Amino acid sequence: MSTLEKTEKEQTAPATTQQLSGSQAVLEALIHEGVDTIFGYPGGAIMPIYDALYDYNDKLTHILVRHEQGGIHAAQGYARTSNRVGVAFATSGPGATNLVTGLADAMIDSNPIVCITGQVFASLLGTDAFQETDVINITTPVTKWNYQVTDATEIPGVLAKAFYIARTGRPGPVLIDITKNAQLQLFDYKGYEFCNHIRSYRPKPIVRHEYVEQAAQLINEAKKPFVIFGQGVILGKAEQEFKNFIEKGGFPAATTVMGLSALETDHPQHVGMLGMHGNYAPNVMTNECDVLIAIGMRFDDRVTGRLDKYAKQAKVVHLDIDPAEIDKNVKATVPVWGDCKETLPLLTNLISRVDHSNWLQEFRELEKEEIKEVIYDELNPTSDVMTMGEVINVLNELTGGNAVIVTDVGQHQMVTCRYAKFNSSNSNVTSGGLGTMGFGLPAAIGAWYGAPDRDVVAIIGDGGIQMTIQELGTIMQFGAKVKILILNNEFLGMVRQWQQLFHDRRYSFVNITSPDFVAVAKGYYIDGNKISERKDLRNALKTMLDHDGSYLLEVMVGKENNVFPMVAQGTSVSEIRLK
Amino acid sequence: MEKQEYTITLYTENSIGMIGRISGIFSRRKINIESLNTSPSEVDGIHRFTILITESEEVVRKLCRQIEKQVEVLKAYFNTNDELIWQEQALYKVPAHVIAEKAYVERLLRQYGANVVVIRNDYIVFETAGHREEIDRLTEELGKYKLIEFVRGARIAIIKESAGFHSKLIQFEKTEPSPEIVENEFLDQQDNVFTM
Repeated sequence: MSTLEKTEKEQTAPATTQQLSGSQAVLEALIHEGVDTIFGYPGGAIMPIYDALYDYNDKLTHILVRHEQGGIHAAQGYARTSNRVGVAFATSGPGATNLVTGLADAMIDSNPIVCITGQVFASLLGTDAFQETDVINITTPVTKWNYQVTDATEIPGVLAKAFYIARTGRPGPVLIDITKNAQLQLFDYKGYEFCNHIRSYRPKPIVRHEYVEQAAQLINEAKKPFVIFGQGVILGKAEQEFKNFIEKGGFPAATTVMGLSALETDHPQHVGMLGMHGNYAPNVMTNECDVLIAIGMRFDDRVTGRLDKYAKQAKVVHLDIDPAEIDKNVKATVPVWGDCKETLPLLTNLISRVDHSNWLQEFRELEKEEIKEVIYDELNPTSDVMTMGEVINVLNELTGGNAVIVTDVGQHQMVTCRYAKFNSSNSNVTSGGLGTMGFGLPAAIGAWYGAPDRDVVAIIGDGGIQMTIQELGTIMQFGAKVKILILNNEFLGMVRQWQQLFHDRRYSFVNITSPDFVAVAKGYYIDGNKISERKDLRNALKTMLDHDGSYLLEVMVGKENNVFPMVAQGTSVSEIRLK
Repeated sequence: MEKQEYTITLYTENSIGMIGRISGIFSRRKINIESLNTSPSEVDGIHRFTILITESEEVVRKLCRQIEKQVEVLKAYFNTNDELIWQEQALYKVPAHVIAEKAYVERLLRQYGANVVVIRNDYIVFETAGHREEIDRLTEELGKYKLIEFVRGARIAIIKESAGFHSKLIQFEKTEPSPEIVENEFLDQQDNVFTM
């Protein structure tokens, strides 16, 4: 070893080893990983970590949520607007089981999350101790990785691995369960080392150039190429690479729900949203195109409709970072396996600059039909009652498309995804794959901490808000400036729509009553307003947006309005109904 | 696609909870695991799973990708029976007097290549190893003569064409992935990959 190398080694090594508790090591790890905000809830088995947190108050902001589910949804919202890893703390037993819905949601929507749960003393494991649950086994199917720590010396290495796994490759939630003895145990802390390699884990598959070449040739030969994109573009931070690709090729491009905001809504080649309640043109054209180019999306059943009638005429180029997605639902003619941040520029280089404006025009013709049959009436209703669409439309005018839009699950979500305008990426926060009602409010809190300089508008139905309404308390205490827009149709609207269309209007338990939401908000010292007349809409929305601080606006909308177009379950995307 | 027996061979880290994580991938899809064996592998510190299922090739291929996606799984292979050398072991406990009295039973055991493991006054324990069908046939025959206890082990298998995992592991341990580990080797076999 040369002297130079020696000095370098000595410099990087910590000056002295220090004694730290396992709890302190957890917090040191978070600081090294760049974490600034934790969403959590204390309890018996995680008390040593909370005790240590008392001394880290200047470096780490802890947001005390009102329920652990709210904690993890907030961490998800944070991850989605900040492009960073969201962190949630919970205690053992019920604290940990309350995380499960959020873990499942983060798993299916690929959110980078690290959850730390307390666990009973290692000596008590398996004895049915107070607040003991087998969290590792419960969370195995809904985590990308999980691990139980029983010895403090493992903590720095395990947390480094947790953050590395959560954020790399196809991101996902990781849960680390730490027994109370490990939290309390003192050990010789030798500094924090980042993890950048795990031998059994390949986050980024090697790009196979022959497939890129084959894909380019297919695309260049195409007369009717059609790009469909998902959240992979956002997760890969490849928005610019994506835009270069579609602009050079002149392709029409449609988004999935999760891909919204990756490409600005006004882009001339943006032809709308795919899926069950997506736009008419992209659904119909899926079965007309000759080459379907799928980028960072996973052919969810809500996107494909009936699979055996999905894009059968087309050759499929599938770009994805997750090998398990290739051929899972739709067989790829050419799989382009890898991070789209790397593969898109390679592909862009090889494709010809083509004018597909005639083909694009075909989409615009179909769009005119949708405007005539659906959109115009939704945005300019003649009835007295307001439609959800017109509310979103006025909101667009007031925000200019610059707000972060958080949605819950149901009709309001589909309407918002259809009509909301997005100018920049990381602006759409919704529960896509799992469809978790109750996601919206806590996710909006996290979304605001992830992007505190932006307007965050949470659009939520009268059903979903009542699932996690307790998080108003979190807003009250910590002051997240979240604008809550409740679209109240006095029904569990999406289920009601299905009961109307497919179950002979047998409205079975979809009639939900609501409290006085404005009064509830007032109880939490949050200002609010309720409107039911169109003439008040613009001013009410403006007041909400201009208000310095959180605000709740309840808008009464048509009770039995349906979301159209619709690809009914079991039908093909080309059989999409306009009414 | 027709269902047939497939043997899935996994190389994994030897960590707690691996069996649960792996078996969940099958049970979630309501696929029955016919036999499962875990053991050390040819490489120190790397664990080997041998899993037997009856499914179509398409299902097995997708399963292997889901399994390989698990953080602590290094590699998943699947093979049909003709690509493998495989064995299952069985133990039989037979009353001693049956062997003493019935020459047929003794002949039967010799015919199936069974070996004596333990001899006691009251019973004798035999062991045999081989393919499922042979074991099933012997079990059926012995069943006629008061078979006291019977157990069959999980399938273990050697892949005929495999060069082992030593060189692969070296590639896995490198920070930069190398084409040597051909993560997408199955794609090469995909019939309808577009050819130029």
